[in-house]
Amino acid sequence: MTPDKLLAIALDHSPADQTEASLYIGKSALTRFANSAIHQNMIFENNVMSVRAVFGKKIASGSANNLDESGVIELVDRVVEMARLQGENPDFISLPKPMYDVANVESHCDSTAASTPEQRAKTVLALIGESDKISGSAAGSFTVRSGDYYVKNTLGVDSSERSSYANLLTVVTGPNGGFGYAASTTNDVTNIDGRRIGAQASKLAHDSANPIALEPGDYECILMPYAVADMINMLVWMGFRAFDYQEGRSWVCGKLGQKVVSDSISLWDDGLDPRTIVSPIDTEGVAKRRVDLIKDGVANALLYDSYTAHRENKQSTGHAPRGLAENLIVAPGSSSVDEMIASTKLGVLVTRFHYTNVAHQMSASFTGMTRDGMFLIENGKITVPVKNMRFTQSITKALSGVQALGSDLKLEEGVLAPAIKLGSFSFTSATQY
Amino acid sequence: MESAVDPRQFCDRVLDCAQKLGASYADVRIVRRDGESIWLRTGKVESLNRDSSYGFGVRVIVDGAWGFACSPDVTFDDAKRIAEEAVRAARASASTKRKDICLAEVEPVVGSFNSSWETDPFDVPLDDKIGALKEIDSALRCHEKIKLTDCSMRFWKFDQVFASSEGAYIEQKKIESGAAASATAIEGGEVQRRSIPTEDYATGGYEFVESLRLVDYAEQTAREAVGLLSAPVCPSGDHTLILEGSMLALQVHESCGHPIELDRVFGMESSFAGTSFLTTDKLDTFRYGSDIVNITADATLPGGLGSFAFDDEGVPASRTDIVKDGIFSGYLTSRETAGEMGWPSGGTMRADGWNRIPLIRMTNINLLPGDWTFDELIADTKDGIYAANVKSWSIDDKRLNFQFGTEIAWEIKDGCLGKILRNPIYSGMTPEFWGSCDAICGDDFWHIWGTPNCGKGEPGQTAHVGHGVAPARFRKVRTEGAQ
Repeated sequence: MTPDKLLAIALDHSPADQTEASLYIGKSALTRFANSAIHQNMIFENNVMSVRAVFGKKIASGSANNLDESGVIELVDRVVEMARLQGENPDFISLPKPMYDVANVESHCDSTAASTPEQRAKTVLALIGESDKISGSAAGSFTVRSGDYYVKNTLGVDSSERSSYANLLTVVTGPNGGFGYAASTTNDVTNIDGRRIGAQASKLAHDSANPIALEPGDYECILMPYAVADMINMLVWMGFRAFDYQEGRSWVCGKLGQKVVSDSISLWDDGLDPRTIVSPIDTEGVAKRRVDLIKDGVANALLYDSYTAHRENKQSTGHAPRGLAENLIVAPGSSSVDEMIASTKLGVLVTRFHYTNVAHQMSASFTGMTRDGMFLIENGKITVPVKNMRFTQSITKALSGVQALGSDLKLEEGVLAPAIKLGSFSFTSATQY
Repeated sequence: MESAVDPRQFCDRVLDCAQKLGASYADVRIVRRDGESIWLRTGKVESLNRDSSYGFGVRVIVDGAWGFACSPDVTFDDAKRIAEEAVRAARASASTKRKDICLAEVEPVVGSFNSSWETDPFDVPLDDKIGALKEIDSALRCHEKIKLTDCSMRFWKFDQVFASSEGAYIEQKKIESGAAASATAIEGGEVQRRSIPTEDYATGGYEFVESLRLVDYAEQTAREAVGLLSAPVCPSGDHTLILEGSMLALQVHESCGHPIELDRVFGMESSFAGTSFLTTDKLDTFRYGSDIVNITADATLPGGLGSFAFDDEGVPASRTDIVKDGIFSGYLTSRETAGEMGWPSGGTMRADGWNRIPLIRMTNINLLPGDWTFDELIADTKDGIYAANVKSWSIDDKRLNFQFGTEIAWEIKDGCLGKILRNPIYSGMTPEFWGSCDAICGDDFWHIWGTPNCGKGEPGQTAHVGHGVAPARFRKVRTEGAQ
């Protein structure tokens, strides 16, 4: 049965005042490797329909993967019954109506959809070959995903997108206590070069061998794009989602229109930027709008879905559910990492963070560990690798002391980010490796 | 299991196809999972959701390497197609192998198991469940400074079949239930959230949710949230720290449960969640904690959220000593990792549904009780901090350096609980922290806390696990207050 037919069955069958039905049809594969051999090799397929039914201000949702006619009807009946029984939500106004034209873009690549286990194994072998050159041990994953997402509602929203995604990442462990990370994310699997990723991670693992312990404290700090991406995701999650802002739990509360970080920082979300994994619609089928979250250091705007937008009599920015941003971009600068190192008297370079979490949301403070390559910089040169350290740091304070922004951007975890040199970053303790 | 095809015939078909294609081992799981969640936000039903998912997954060993494939169509046509895909993936794996997979032997079981419950939560009228949540919500909003409340119930029902090419055929049904509630006080840019201390999850029916009596603790919880707005910040320095049960459960989870996963130890998760400081050379010799620290992994505890009868490799649930008298003494294992060590499997492999492979997961990881009463513990502490309920957590990728935030703490002075403290954080290194444990409360204070959100693996899998603990005391722990 075609997606259109399945969605039509759902909408036609529902007696609710408003009904939304969405359908994801996808296939993915994940080749994981560890100790320089593939140890998990998985092929997944699933088709899931989700339904929301609305009676006045009563709303309920559900999903199922039994997608013959009877399965769809059973799902709709179940959601409708729940919606009827449940209490009103006075804040709920409506499901979204068609607002903007959906951009005619797609990130689907046939090559990604057609990726085979043999091709992935070949790429992984090339990566492992680079690790072998330093007598290292490679671990990582190679993900490919392709799918179609369709969403319709009874108010006229009728949107869809085709997408594909490929990601290869690795951590190479060197023979003398060194670790190195590298990753590549694209919508076209043919852009992924296992040898290059393996070589990058292996060089880091080699260079970070025999680390020394560094005294905790505040240091000048160069964050590589992998670490910047993690920090930006935390910054946005703690502050720019309208849901949190409306409830007074966001660090942005009271700061919209105010300078919150250095003038050199601009940050936006743009689902149509081809340097990211393009996604023209959100889960409600609303066209994604570019949202300038920080402009020249000033907190500028929030991320809305239809529910939070209607609360303020605004229109959704296309960030359902709950202000989800997946195409964040940090404006680049003009520095190279070498220039940042050369300008540092005493500082550290951090490749990546691990297990970051909120320390204090209202001050945009987070904590976590460094990982997979941390180095001491003395008098303009990297002198020695250092053991991993814990940090607890307000992100806005850190970004208020930006000294340089990298000119090259790297896509990691949904963020297109440059390296950033910060005047101060607070490391509170060390670990043993 | 209700199914359009006979599950036994279907499993036989899958396993037969896989073996004919060259699999030296194959297993198949058919899983139906239903879930219901109800979330009230400040009196409004913010989300009401019911999901169901059904399908099968096939795992094979071919030429000494693993492959996995799955499908939502439990049909004889897909039985063959998915077996072929799994075998193809395994052959690709084998092209990179450095050694063959060697599974620990297990006696194939044919049987069935149902967890126990009195009231199926899916049979309880929605009105009753929402009504109960509204009563809690109303009690939580007893003060004008309480600006937000969250009250939720979650229920899961699992119906699954496991069959292997070695002759195992096991049917299991399980129901899990739980509820949570919290109040958030906001004033002048200060935000303080406090959870009702009895919120919890377990293997059981709706009767478990009723037993939590969340409404009885709601007003006190709200008052504490309001009190935190103006409370002094937790002091910095080295302090004697007493951890409340649910916080200690997370401490066990992060600093003991994860590092004893033998797949982590072997590097199988090293590129994602990391590895472990508990390497195999430390077994039976490494001092993990003080003499009074005894930790078990026990999937047989009645009602534990990490309890079951057979894991997803068909291995019977068991109890394993993890730490004995402070000495590290055991791991969570699978057939593959145990086989590598020449051990029998501890039976801890579980998958997050039909479309995921089983991984080593925590069962119920328990700090065994001591013999103190809580009052004795406080009275015996001249100067310290009592910290309760999880707020934030982070730990390094070998599970050594940790930092946890709690919702609330109380000053302890001269054996008495004193004023409340805001934004408590404590940190340390795992063996030093457990080495500083000098008192654990007894049986009467011991409780299995359910954790329904343990993450691991790629793609991410969520496991439901349990931690039996009683409040315990630790000396010279670094504390501070987040600001």
